[in-house]
Amino acid sequence: MFGMSIDQEVFVQQVLNGLTIGGYLALIALGYTMVYGIIELINFAHGDLFAFGFLFSLTLFEYFNPAAPLTGADLYLLLPFILLITMAVTGGLNVVIDQIAYRPLRSAPRLAPLLTAVGMSFALEAIFAIWKGATQIAYPRYFPTKDVFREWFDLEPVIIFFTTKDVFLLSVTIPLMIVLALFIDRTRIGKAMRACAQDREAAAMMGINVNRIISMTFFVGGALAGAAGLIWGLYINSGRFLMGFEAGLMAFTAAVLGGIGNIRGAVMGSFIIGMLKALSDGYIGGEWSRAIIFGILILLLVFRPSGILGSTQSIEKV
Amino acid sequence: MKRRIFSRLLTLFVLVVVLAAVAVPVTAQDDTVIKIYASWPLTGGTQAIGESMQKAAGLALEHYLADNNGEGPAGFTVQIVFLDDASPTTGAWDGTIEAENAQRCVNDPQCMVYFGTYNSGAAKVSMPITNEAGIAQISPANTYAGLTHACETCEEGEPDIYRPSGEVNYFRTHGSDDVQGPGAASWAVCLGFEQVYVLDDTQAYGKGIADEFARHAEEIGLEVVGRSSVESTDIDFRALLTDVRASGATLVYGGFVMDSGGPQVIQQMDALGLFSSGIKFMGPDGLASASLFDQIGGAEIANDNVYLTFPGPLPSTLETEGGQRFYNDYVEQFDEEPDPYSVYAYQSMQVILDSIARAGVAERGAILEAMRNTTDFEGIASTFSFDENGDSTLAGFYGYRVVDGGFVEGTLVTPTTHENCPG
Repeated sequence: MFGMSIDQEVFVQQVLNGLTIGGYLALIALGYTMVYGIIELINFAHGDLFAFGFLFSLTLFEYFNPAAPLTGADLYLLLPFILLITMAVTGGLNVVIDQIAYRPLRSAPRLAPLLTAVGMSFALEAIFAIWKGATQIAYPRYFPTKDVFREWFDLEPVIIFFTTKDVFLLSVTIPLMIVLALFIDRTRIGKAMRACAQDREAAAMMGINVNRIISMTFFVGGALAGAAGLIWGLYINSGRFLMGFEAGLMAFTAAVLGGIGNIRGAVMGSFIIGMLKALSDGYIGGEWSRAIIFGILILLLVFRPSGILGSTQSIEKV
Repeated sequence: MKRRIFSRLLTLFVLVVVLAAVAVPVTAQDDTVIKIYASWPLTGGTQAIGESMQKAAGLALEHYLADNNGEGPAGFTVQIVFLDDASPTTGAWDGTIEAENAQRCVNDPQCMVYFGTYNSGAAKVSMPITNEAGIAQISPANTYAGLTHACETCEEGEPDIYRPSGEVNYFRTHGSDDVQGPGAASWAVCLGFEQVYVLDDTQAYGKGIADEFARHAEEIGLEVVGRSSVESTDIDFRALLTDVRASGATLVYGGFVMDSGGPQVIQQMDALGLFSSGIKFMGPDGLASASLFDQIGGAEIANDNVYLTFPGPLPSTLETEGGQRFYNDYVEQFDEEPDPYSVYAYQSMQVILDSIARAGVAERGAILEAMRNTTDFEGIASTFSFDENGDSTLAGFYGYRVVDGGFVEGTLVTPTTHENCPG
């Protein structure tokens, strides 16, 4: 296709794989980085919200029981509806987690909420295992799959396999990131979030309801992770109770790589990690991917301890 | 006042401790009871298989008692203690838990046989423990060759490293992967495949069988165009499968079990259109379970796309009288199809009961000796003896296709199958 050799096509496909991995990782990484930016807590339970979004949206789909693949009203009304409900409920769950596990420890030493976060993560995983079983769970193929190049453009690539599902993933994740950026940059709540991130006490003195803003941050972060869970389900069609651990680990790494607390950094870090994973899986071997990703992370942190774009310690706040 | 309450509490506490100390030995000493500690995953990805094996082992004991007027072997009351060696946090077998399970058997004077494991990697952990204690161990499912004998792709020092006492105490009633892997490669040639991409999960079993497959494939002209391992907790295999597509392979051989990535790889092969471009998947006995279909999202995905090998006939096709009785009673009692490996859980339990009967005493050494001397034993899957390594003298494997949502056409596959292809 386009006069590309097989090797070139493989490379293009791996870049596309990297982009899509980066897309869903970024939605998760944003939640890590926003919460860190505002209360300097690594919310270890955050990855599990991604799994919750997957399981909860699956439950909703099972309840409405539409025919797979979705068509007509199911595709244009039911799917957005389930996406919104999943985001709202996952966001709400994150707020509840904050209320139960972190808020009572707001003034405790930093290690205490870190430990409750780890405990929360284990608790959620155990609940998921009981809820849907500890096996691999199939997510029906609700999203209609069309091979973009072959069916739409009548091209005959040998390797490249880019479907409507990839289009869907990128066309939901990227706008969500843009909306988030605008929300934080342009709205009053966004401004209040930035103020809380800079100095919680000063923000409170200026009349900002800090607790409400923190809850809001948890809500937005959770909603994004919930969206990622649903998108993942429609995209990969498979998951399990522990999927949040692996995804969370990668997303957290991405947030650190970009500069924890920095939203542009989190997005950038996610796409870098996605690309590294795809290229390493494809050209070196899956067993090396983690070693390579974390090796690069260590190297980078040695030379730039606050990540690529700098952490919250720099001027660029949440 | 406070002091008096404190001293009373202290007295009460001492009393409880003394009572407990006295009570425990009294209840524990009952020399008519023999305990068998069974250890395999009862939670996580392997749960369906583990539970079916548990039911089959219980059924074997039930049948034995029914056939002997309710009397246990040599008059003993046999109890099976089922232990789970999977970790609830990972949903997969865990070496620490497996070691604890084996140690519990060793520490319980009534434990005479250690019955397990499902995963070969777990057996590597428990074997040295039971070996040093001189307890017979029998596995209903391990197929990694190096557990019992040396093989070309095995680790150096195997199997002696699992036998610190120098004695053989571990047995299995089915074949091992130095037959299964090469047999699968040979069968793949018969099925018309010329290029294969070999994947594994880096575990003892998964990597072991993938190595054996790849070694034999090269020898018989099946070209290995790619070889890679995956992290069993990884969730996104698309980049790897892109490499599979680019490699020109028409077959993916995957050394996996249910909880180490196998279902995900099959499912994503389908989602990425590998199956629709004619690429097939072949896997070992670790994936031979109907629970695979649920996990990949329906049997229709596997239909005509998945090939699997397994040590023997499936439960529904057992030809022996005992085998048919097992199948019918199992279906009647539990209202479900038994999992393929439940056959070997039942057969191993038969061997255990027979060994206790022949030993006649509740002594670990005597029962081990009796198990070692198992000869021409008529199990529900086959009639076999144990050789000097503890292996079954019958070591065949069968190849199964998935058609109409079920495993069909069990054909005997051996490392030389390609020289004279069946049908």
